[in-house]
Amino acid sequence: METDLNSQDRKDLDKFIKFFALKTVQVIVQARLGEKICTRSSSSPTGSDLFNLAIKDIPEVTHEAKKALAGQLPAVGRSMCVEISLKTSEGDSMELEIWCLEMNEKCDKEIKVSYTVYNRLSLLLKSLLAITRVTPAYRLSRKQGHEYVILYRIYFGEVQLNGLGEGFQTVRVGTVGTPVGTITLSCAYRINLAFMSTRTAGEDDGVTYPSVEDSQEVCTTSFSTSPPSQLMVPGKEGGVPLAPNQPAHGAQADQERLATHTPADMAHCAATPSSSEDTETVSNSSEGRASPHDVLETIFVRKVGAFVNKPINQVTLTSLDIPFAMFAPKNLELEDTDPMVNPPDSPEPASPLHGSLHSEGSSGGSSGNAHDDFVMIDFKPAFSKDDILPMDLGTFYREFQNPPQLSSLSIDIGAQSMAEDLDSLPEKLAVHEKNVREFDAFVETLQ
Amino acid sequence: MNCRSEVLEMSVEGRQVEEAMLAVLHTVLLHRSTGKFHYKKEGTYSIGTVGTQDVDCDFIDFTYVRVSSEELDRALRKVVGEFKDALRNSGGDGLGQMSLEFYQKKKSRWPFSDECIPWEVWTVKVHVVALATEQERQICREKVGEKLCEKIINIVEVMNRHEYLPKMPTQSEVDNVFDTGLRDVQPYLYKISFQITDALGTSVTTTMRRLIKDTLAL
Repeated sequence: METDLNSQDRKDLDKFIKFFALKTVQVIVQARLGEKICTRSSSSPTGSDLFNLAIKDIPEVTHEAKKALAGQLPAVGRSMCVEISLKTSEGDSMELEIWCLEMNEKCDKEIKVSYTVYNRLSLLLKSLLAITRVTPAYRLSRKQGHEYVILYRIYFGEVQLNGLGEGFQTVRVGTVGTPVGTITLSCAYRINLAFMSTRTAGEDDGVTYPSVEDSQEVCTTSFSTSPPSQLMVPGKEGGVPLAPNQPAHGAQADQERLATHTPADMAHCAATPSSSEDTETVSNSSEGRASPHDVLETIFVRKVGAFVNKPINQVTLTSLDIPFAMFAPKNLELEDTDPMVNPPDSPEPASPLHGSLHSEGSSGGSSGNAHDDFVMIDFKPAFSKDDILPMDLGTFYREFQNPPQLSSLSIDIGAQSMAEDLDSLPEKLAVHEKNVREFDAFVETLQ
Repeated sequence: MNCRSEVLEMSVEGRQVEEAMLAVLHTVLLHRSTGKFHYKKEGTYSIGTVGTQDVDCDFIDFTYVRVSSEELDRALRKVVGEFKDALRNSGGDGLGQMSLEFYQKKKSRWPFSDECIPWEVWTVKVHVVALATEQERQICREKVGEKLCEKIINIVEVMNRHEYLPKMPTQSEVDNVFDTGLRDVQPYLYKISFQITDALGTSVTTTMRRLIKDTLAL
């Protein structure tokens, strides 16, 4: 593998590879911070922007990367890997991606180091910027928060893909040939997002496990929306993926095992922090196409908009193209009992006029009965939080949905005032007739 | 030298046309832009820095990376907007395509004008679909997002084949290779055009050709 590289070229090449490795780590980690990244172009070269790309250096990340490299460079059999994992508020974690910077033996001895290799490494970094936004973990990382956070771990040596589960997929970002070997950058990402129980006594290899909740139920169900009552209180970690205290960080590979969970516990893992819409889940579901997002097909229920009924089982309602169908009574055969269709019998009306007033009032007045007839579902208004407080939006809405009728609209008072008005009408007319001349004079002044 | 040609096809909803097109064009231009060149006296040059920024799409579950250059973004948005309007006004089946062509200028002697020699052409074909329900639109958001992910991977794959790129020019030749008109970045010389396919499935240019042929035949 020894080449005819002169010492200057060799030095330059080593420098390029080292800084390329450090920048690669920065791009990957920054793409998983959960925020949009923005750097400015500068027409004047600053000298510190390697590969002519504005990529910020987060000091902790550089420190971790340098620690992992320990003065070495990626070489054949020695790859630099960045592991991206998800950790829930309950302490369970799961590897999502492994980004690998590898070197193989295929050399390109003709290539110019200071020019071609440099430019191609720059191009490869641009490709990395694009690809990091395209793998499934990106959208997960943008939604991290109370329920889960995204973590990273850098290690150097042999690539370990066991933690990605079965059937993981790979995307190649690109390759750059150099006189000492070909640099390859790729990403292997998980497609099976189920938590699995692998905790047994025999697997304690003397490595300390992070404390996680114990649950013995083996479960490979998908992430589904949980009923609001089962959602967890916001976890300890607040979406900051750079947690230096995490035992997962560091140069050694962990032997971390994942705990099992019941479907209810898993429910919030990849859900958005705002869970008020009871049919909302993380998006990115697919329907069996060969794309990066096939991975999530079995896991996430399709994201549906507010007020749209769950499409899976409740066919009877969703097949009707009725707006707000989910608020309609579930049992269509019970339409007879629908108070809007058949208003409850009113007390005997004194007159047809009174009767109409009464029926208008009763639907609002008999709040107790109407209340029971209308509330068929556990109403979760959009954007409201869990029912932690005594009076949340849903409760407020239910209670004040049927307010008591206004007294001025009540039958007796209304009827009474109408009767009085009718009786006093002849007297008023007589008075006005007497004052006709005054009225006429007044009208003339207006003209 | 043969011109490299890549074709990408997508089916999108009307309101997604702009974002989908911008995502693809910006991704290509990200790879085909460098920092500004500053030539020094000895014939060497230094290169400015290219910044990048994430752009979230409003109508697609997708985020793409573009070069941090407002001028470049404005130029792309202008032409993509024209394409979108032309597509909408065509009243046809909603088929159209945009072409992003990278070219080099070759100086010719007077009275001939400079020759533009394309070396890479990216063609993005869109088929606009109309959706009836909100649920279908939601599904479309996700599906188009997934499709765009595939397209980005395709683009990156092509870029990293390291096929022909124009030689780095001397100072006198730089305008024959790069667009030096932007303040902050320097893409390779490019031009963007679009075509709307009419209801018969033929492009407008093909129709014109046929008309002329028919006229001559008479």
